[in-house]
Amino acid sequence: MYPENFRYTKEHEWVLVVGDTGTVGITDHAQQELGDIVYVDLPKPGARIEQGKSLGSVESVKAVSDVYAPVSGEVLEINPALADAPETLNSDPHGAAWLVKIRLSTPDELASLMSAADYQAYVGAEK
Amino acid sequence: MITKVRNHLSQNEALLFERSSPGKKAFQLPALDVPPVDAAEALGAGNVRAAIEGFPEVSEVEAIRHFTRLSTWNYAIDHGMYPLGSCTMKYNPRINELVARIDGLAWAHPYQPESLAQGSMEVMARVEAALAEITGMDAVTLQPAAGAHGELTGILLIRALLEKRGNPRKKILIPDSAHGTNPATAAIAGYMVQNIKSSDTGVLDVSALAQLVDQDVAALMVTNPNTLGVFEHNIIQAAEILHKKGAMLYMDGANMNALVGIARPGDFGVDVMHLNLHKTFSTPHGGGGPGAGPVAVKKPLEPFLPAPRLKHSARKWTWDYKRKHSIGRVKAFYGNFGVLVRALAYILAHGGEGLRNATVDAVLNAVYIRKQLEPYFDLPYSSPNMHEVVFSDHRQAALGVHTGDIAKRLIDYGFHPYTVSFPLIVHGALMIEPTETEGKLELDQFIEAMISIAKEVETDPHTVKNAPYGTRTSRVDEVTAARKPVLRWKPA
Amino acid sequence: MRYLPKSDSERRRMLEVCGVASPEELFAHLPEAVRLARPLALAPGISEYEIVDYFRERAAENLEGYTSFLGAGVYRHFRPVLVDTVVSRGEFLTSYTPYQAEIAQGTLTAIFEFQTMICQLTGMDVANASMYDGSTAVPEAAMMAARATGKGRALIARSVHPEYREVLRTYARYQGMPVEEFGYLPDTGAIDLEDLERKMDDLTGAVIIQSPNFFGIVDQVKAAAEIAHRRGALLVVVFTEAVSLGILEPPAEADIVAGELQSFAISPSYGGPYAGIIATKEKFIRQMPGRLVGQTTDSRGNRAFCLTLATREQHIRREKATSNICTNQALIALMATVFMTVYGKQGLRELAEQNLAKAHYLAAKFQPRFQGKFFNEFVARVAGRTPEELNRALLKRKIIGGLPLGRFYPELADSMLLCATEMSRRADMDALVAQAAGQPAGKEVLA
Repeated sequence: MYPENFRYTKEHEWVLVVGDTGTVGITDHAQQELGDIVYVDLPKPGARIEQGKSLGSVESVKAVSDVYAPVSGEVLEINPALADAPETLNSDPHGAAWLVKIRLSTPDELASLMSAADYQAYVGAEK
Repeated sequence: MITKVRNHLSQNEALLFERSSPGKKAFQLPALDVPPVDAAEALGAGNVRAAIEGFPEVSEVEAIRHFTRLSTWNYAIDHGMYPLGSCTMKYNPRINELVARIDGLAWAHPYQPESLAQGSMEVMARVEAALAEITGMDAVTLQPAAGAHGELTGILLIRALLEKRGNPRKKILIPDSAHGTNPATAAIAGYMVQNIKSSDTGVLDVSALAQLVDQDVAALMVTNPNTLGVFEHNIIQAAEILHKKGAMLYMDGANMNALVGIARPGDFGVDVMHLNLHKTFSTPHGGGGPGAGPVAVKKPLEPFLPAPRLKHSARKWTWDYKRKHSIGRVKAFYGNFGVLVRALAYILAHGGEGLRNATVDAVLNAVYIRKQLEPYFDLPYSSPNMHEVVFSDHRQAALGVHTGDIAKRLIDYGFHPYTVSFPLIVHGALMIEPTETEGKLELDQFIEAMISIAKEVETDPHTVKNAPYGTRTSRVDEVTAARKPVLRWKPA
Repeated sequence: MRYLPKSDSERRRMLEVCGVASPEELFAHLPEAVRLARPLALAPGISEYEIVDYFRERAAENLEGYTSFLGAGVYRHFRPVLVDTVVSRGEFLTSYTPYQAEIAQGTLTAIFEFQTMICQLTGMDVANASMYDGSTAVPEAAMMAARATGKGRALIARSVHPEYREVLRTYARYQGMPVEEFGYLPDTGAIDLEDLERKMDDLTGAVIIQSPNFFGIVDQVKAAAEIAHRRGALLVVVFTEAVSLGILEPPAEADIVAGELQSFAISPSYGGPYAGIIATKEKFIRQMPGRLVGQTTDSRGNRAFCLTLATREQHIRREKATSNICTNQALIALMATVFMTVYGKQGLRELAEQNLAKAHYLAAKFQPRFQGKFFNEFVARVAGRTPEELNRALLKRKIIGGLPLGRFYPELADSMLLCATEMSRRADMDALVAQAAGQPAGKEVLA
């Protein structure tokens, strides 16, 4: 269910790092908890973000959830498809519905994140 | 057998724009008794608009049918009970509407000379005095337009007083059971919000409060009785803790319907509070407003009230604009006067004793519902309740049915839903406030409906989950509405 | 008590069910110290007749049988009979905010029509379901501009309604929102573009003007938009006289329109309740305060309406909401909706033309102080005596004159703001003129 090559946060974000670039999204568990997602608010490319701080938010009809940065760095790119099709976050949260790409400033931060197995156990326990 | 309900009217009706046809009219102006002027010349050719594209063109008959048909698609207090917790949907006496439309009051211009506005000013003075007596406070401003606006005014007053004392401070404390307007207001007034967790019995945790209050805390905003309908019995203690550290106690008066004639915030340590005249004082909600949100304060805050203030001298009323400590205006003119007239009519109709009797009945109705629904719904807090009662969907959720589903099913039984999913401290809340203007028959039918639904959840949860069935409009697709907003009509 | 629908025997049975012996026991859990030990010191309840009498007496203490030429943000327009007929229906009057869409389609549909008509009138893409009034719509618009631009400073024209400017100052003080004013031209009464240009900087998020402005002058929306946009600020256009939109070019260059609909069949009612609006361009929807109704379908596929984009609002976003507004002015907005329906495309135009004609008839007898083009209000200089003195003389003839401007504009202390609408009869205007001319000591009062 949760890809092995991703790292996960307790706030239900994932990051996939290739070289010095991290692709960030929210987990399948997060999208299920939120329900039908209707809007995504993302930072502008070039913005600097800090691990653990809000980088944007996702909204369902009656809730708003902050998305917390799993790693620090500079926003390189945001997913342009989400503005018109926020529902992708419900259908493909680990793939097509990535949120932002970040150039990592502090790769050491990855060590503080969970593995797929740990995250699986974590969301299992949370329920 | 559903005792109350039969099918609702279900006529179709197009939008005004779809009914329009060029040249149709619902108006006739008197003949112009002065020479016409050329618009392009008077206003400048570039300033004159073309015809308003798409604006309605319907006849008078169509106009009245249109709005009458629309009206039949609404539920209303005049149809029956509206058990919306926290909203105090009580009967709206029609005499209030009549008196608000008396020409000399309805056509009074806010800038007409004071000598020709004495009646309006007398009405306002009487409302101020009545509200001061009811709340036990020293002074009242009628300027705020609604509850949240009153909250903002109240917090700005606190800020102004603290500033004058040398330090406006940084934080407002707000219990986790509070209305969303409280934190939103604190933020607009430039304060940080710190939440306080409620105690296990659903009230303010005084020891937690004592630890949190320091030189940075400007005020605590508390609703009393709180949103669980429970009286904050430690309120005097809380006030002492705050006052000792130079902080203030703000009370959200949304639930004042539980206290009128029984207890007065001014007597239990509140420094400033607002009232919602469209809740406690019976002015109509009108599908979402207008309201009025007077703010009542203790003496030390009086100099800061919004200008102008009513002043009585030489046997007449004047407006006093020279208020050097005033926070300024929060609204043009003097307040929602038409709403104040209605509220005063309500106060006059009841009188002191009548207002107290209304409170007693409001609490009696809520306790009566609680006693009879307790066997069927989970009651997360067992503290005695006042004017409203909050259950949770704990038992029903185990069968896959949630508070929102039960609420929608209630519609099929002929009732407006209760308040869903609030307060936030109760997971799956069912918040029920009957108000005093429900009789025993209507209450019994409501209780019967709730019990019947509780049984349906056990035998046929599917039916409950897809309700309502009897309405002209079935469950609406709110997701598409939010994803692809269509906020105005456009020609096809 | 007639609003309490219970007999004593019903009450007794209910108390039994509750397991209490007396109503007092329901309050036994309240600490003794908080309980009020005496009856409220309010007069005993009275009957309908007495209530009507009381308010009739108060009304009689106000004006009766006076002709008025007051405008200044509150206008005398005829209220079509249909307006009260519709808003008096219990289904509209006594319903709650339409959160339960299945049983609130009446209110929701009417609000959708309202939003549409406001867009058509203002030339904006979206309009909200109403604000408290025009004066509070101004700070809401300024805060909205600050969110959209990330720049908190606001520049507001002195020709915006003085009380609206006061409200903005109250809100802005604690928002980290510096507010500065820019002037108007003494000859035309329109905004001073050079002063605006001078005060403009890159920290300014909102430029706020009113048109027609407080002096009744049709103001320079296009030029102000250009200056604002060049420095990355939004232009907020305020209106207080909605009837003007029946004939004036809509402020399409504005980014936000904040207005007051009192002119649309809403009684002056000594200052409220009225209804404000905020309308804007599509791209700023998410920054808008207040409720919005959207079109969707129900589960049977029929067109339906519901409250939408609620995540902007206080009940969800709490301290991060776009505004703390909760209650709005739904019933008042419905009055405006019925008004717009009754007058419609042709009627609103004709109504505006009548206002224009009446005001210009009156103005021709005075000499307007400003040369700018005006709609139904104008500033007249009073010579030989103060505007207050003239007004006192007029009152004796049962005429309420214009608003003396010295209170808000010391430099205009010799002037008053006069307004004529379709309700101003020629005979009354002639009487005003005659009184104004019939000055003491034979001096010419009309400059």
